[in-house]
Amino acid sequence: MSEFTPDVTLDNSGLACPMPIIKTKKAIDGMQVGQVLKMIATDPGSLPDVQAWVSKTGHELLKHETEGNRFIFYIRKAK
Amino acid sequence: MPDEKKRLAIICLHGSLDVAFATFVLATAGAAMEMETAVYFAFYGLEVLKKGKINKLKVSPLANPAMPVKIPNVVAMLPGMTAAATAMMKSWMKKSRVATLGELLDMARELGVKLIACQMSMEVMGIKKEDLIDGVEIGGAATFLEFASHNAITLTF
Repeated sequence: MSEFTPDVTLDNSGLACPMPIIKTKKAIDGMQVGQVLKMIATDPGSLPDVQAWVSKTGHELLKHETEGNRFIFYIRKAK
Repeated sequence: MPDEKKRLAIICLHGSLDVAFATFVLATAGAAMEMETAVYFAFYGLEVLKKGKINKLKVSPLANPAMPVKIPNVVAMLPGMTAAATAMMKSWMKKSRVATLGELLDMARELGVKLIACQMSMEVMGIKKEDLIDGVEIGGAATFLEFASHNAITLTF
């Protein structure tokens, strides 16, 4: 269990770069400031890419974890 | 302007599957990173913008020493080899669950990527506005450079 309750969950399992980032951007665009997105990806490049994406866009990566081949990210919409 | 939005200005000069793919991966990723993104298509790059072409672009095995399956030039020059190499490449891309060019183009437009066709190249290559997909802007070198002169990273493919 995570300490963050996601408002929206987005499963990008199986999708390759750059789709997880694009779908994350679209999901965040549809959310309210302060809400949390849980994003799941299997693309091995998604960890550095999500970190780069939040650093550029200013949203907050609250937490990330790895479960087998799945990367799970909790991102808070900051603006 | 201190808060001017970062821009991504891409030039695409080639109408092959691999080059168009790299172009659209970077363009969509740039837009997803909230960069104001424009792609300027000139010369063979215009092929990418022609109606009905996006999913029909090819990759040539001729003089291409980096194909994952090595094909000698003397074989690569035979009729049908470009189609075969393209089919092979598409099957690898499908297996890796990479988006198709058509999907990437749709995504680019949805994210507001500006697509600019080089007017002079259209003239040279006999391409008319109605040959191109909807939503393409037509412009010259100054159009692209004016866009790129504001806080842009520029990439050329």
